[in-house]
Amino acid sequence: MNYGILFAGVGGQGVLSMAAIIGRAAMAEGLHAKQSEVHGMAQRGGAVQAHLRLSDGPIESDLIALGSADLILSLEPVEGLRYLRFLSRTGTLITAAAAFVNIPDYPDIEGVLQRIRGLPRAIVIESDRIAEQAGDLQTVNTVMVGAASHVLPLEPESLEAALTATFERKGEQVLRANLAAFRAGRAAAG
Amino acid sequence: MTQRILLGDESVALGAIHAGISAAYAYPGTPSTEIMEYLLRHQATHRRPHAAWCANEKTAYEEALGACFAGRRALVAMKHVGLNVAADAFVNSALVAVHGGLVVAVADDPGMHSSQNEQDSRFYGDFARVLTLEPATQQEAYDMTREAFDLSEAFRVPVLLRLVTRLAHSRTTVATGAPRAENPIHKAPQRSTWILLPGNARRQWSELVARQPDLLAWSESCRWNHLALHSARRDLGVITSGIARNYYRELLPELGAAPSHLHVGAYPLPVERVRMLAAQVERVLVLEDGSPFIERQLRGLLPGRLSVAGRMSGEIPPTGELTPDLVRAALGLDSRPGLAVEGVALPNRPPQLCQGCPHAHAYKALKQALEGLEASMVTADIGCYTLGALPPFSAIESCVCMGASIGMAKGAAEAGFHPVVAVIGDSTFLHSGLTALMDAVAANANMTLLILDNQTVGMTGAQDPIVPSARLDAIVRGLGVDPDHCHVVDAHPRRVSQNAAILRREIEHRGLSVVIARRECKEVTRRKARAAGGSERAETGAGTEATIS
Ligand code: SF4
Repeated sequence: MNYGILFAGVGGQGVLSMAAIIGRAAMAEGLHAKQSEVHGMAQRGGAVQAHLRLSDGPIESDLIALGSADLILSLEPVEGLRYLRFLSRTGTLITAAAAFVNIPDYPDIEGVLQRIRGLPRAIVIESDRIAEQAGDLQTVNTVMVGAASHVLPLEPESLEAALTATFERKGEQVLRANLAAFRAGRAAAG
Repeated sequence: MTQRILLGDESVALGAIHAGISAAYAYPGTPSTEIMEYLLRHQATHRRPHAAWCANEKTAYEEALGACFAGRRALVAMKHVGLNVAADAFVNSALVAVHGGLVVAVADDPGMHSSQNEQDSRFYGDFARVLTLEPATQQEAYDMTREAFDLSEAFRVPVLLRLVTRLAHSRTTVATGAPRAENPIHKAPQRSTWILLPGNARRQWSELVARQPDLLAWSESCRWNHLALHSARRDLGVITSGIARNYYRELLPELGAAPSHLHVGAYPLPVERVRMLAAQVERVLVLEDGSPFIERQLRGLLPGRLSVAGRMSGEIPPTGELTPDLVRAALGLDSRPGLAVEGVALPNRPPQLCQGCPHAHAYKALKQALEGLEASMVTADIGCYTLGALPPFSAIESCVCMGASIGMAKGAAEAGFHPVVAVIGDSTFLHSGLTALMDAVAANANMTLLILDNQTVGMTGAQDPIVPSARLDAIVRGLGVDPDHCHVVDAHPRRVSQNAAILRREIEHRGLSVVIARRECKEVTRRKARAAGGSERAETGAGTEATIS
């Protein structure tokens, strides 16, 4: 089994935190994992991506090659489209619906979403609304992990355990909101 | 044996700790920053080894050299361009008889994700005539770092460990071993091997040159340089270095019969192994992330029998980061494009100053101050504020190297240009601006220096600057800047006009003036709020290191 996930978003949205949760769950399941991250300048509101590769055997490359990502998980529609050439022909694009507009030439959001919905396998998640319902706007990333849980080669229980291990130390309320966000995200994509 | 999940950078840090270092020094710079951040976290919980940020890479290197002089092992870490700053110390330290192991970890940034050039540090290792190690994986980063200290002591040279962005910032499982104890304090026994007076230096230089065959002999037989000859295929041989091996190996199943392959992880280049490979094949493809360092040596000057392919022959683009897809194309495999975006023009999203960044307010004031002037020149420097080059600010006109803003402004002023403003951040000023300001004071250069004091090293993740901001104006005045023309202003959005007036006055003043625009970086404010109990999500996975067992 080889599985490649490309995470996308805008610097500051918390792209790496999604990768960290999934990576953690994968390793707990005994899978090999390599996670390549972008630090530095791009984190200042620029386009940010991270690659996570999972396998039941040793992994060589830290990077996903073109046309070979099984999943693009994006916190922002335009950013999800940006890396489409990495997506395999059987891969899935899952993106948050809300536009992050910090550039003057941001395209018409309806056109972007329409383009995404026209892909063979794409899911658009109203993650802001779901996060709010889960009781914490900060849980958008967790909503997206929940939405991805159907296609990830991981048990939802492992993902919940990884969330618990990550958010436990931030207090019970934060943990509860994140678990709720995960389940709501999962339900929304189901 | 313990398994941990580590970034390449963190693997180096832990390898050094387990090699028994007593001290580590660094200046932050992407993609090397996480080496020191790991060491600082470790120090906070274990007290040893001593770990500290320094004013710049040169002071960091010299401090590590001092530990080595005292017989202790020391690590110094920096980004590739930092080695330019530390080059004086580095190149000369190759001539002394290294005592305690000394390793310099340098993270190159092919593709310039966060840098102003993509120089390849392997040239520096060759130039200084020392050993260079180049890990391909996080595991090798750990293992090589440990071994580098032994090698440094055995061969009495500093050892350069070359990382690249993709390894530095990629995380996976690393098996770690038992830590080694620190060296006892034991001063270098022979003074003359450390006093590089010409008489000694000539001897030390000859000795270093005479030791080269030993370094080469080690490189020829070490486990990091691995040759696999396959007589079934004569048309192609492949040389990989560092992480290029990962991309190559992944494509092996698609290549049919495996070509003979030499992997290089240690330098000087194992010449004999290269010759053995070359003797087997008609054509060699060289895959390296960075400059054509190996390829150039293979080509030499005169045409040979062997055909060599790589960046110089165009199989791989001459610049930019090596990627799995470039390796695929160089091996002649069909490309595998993914889906294409049609019907929507995707805009670029370059990085930009954070919302409410104090630099934005300072730039507004500067633009206002320059309004109506016939001509002006604004030299600038390296940090978040370099993003002031982009719209909506478009406020600066140069960014070359750490500290260059001040020297360039002085040079331009002395060339007759007026008005000239130099813009520099507090940390960059402390790194490399002080000496240039001294020059400007000595000449009473007709220029204005604007120090953007955000009280942190913002771009690399908000490290504390080496001198607290409250002492910055005392330092500036201490260098001899006229107190009447040295101001500290608050870079508050409501003070833009007031600050612009002060700047305008000082720009019109004939002579040197300094304005320090002070206001805390938003990132620091956020961090403080987080520490005080806010629930803002963590932006990076840093600090989430997990021990599996
Ligand atoms: S990190 Fe600080 S200095 Fe850098 S852009 Fe953000 S607020 Fe400005």
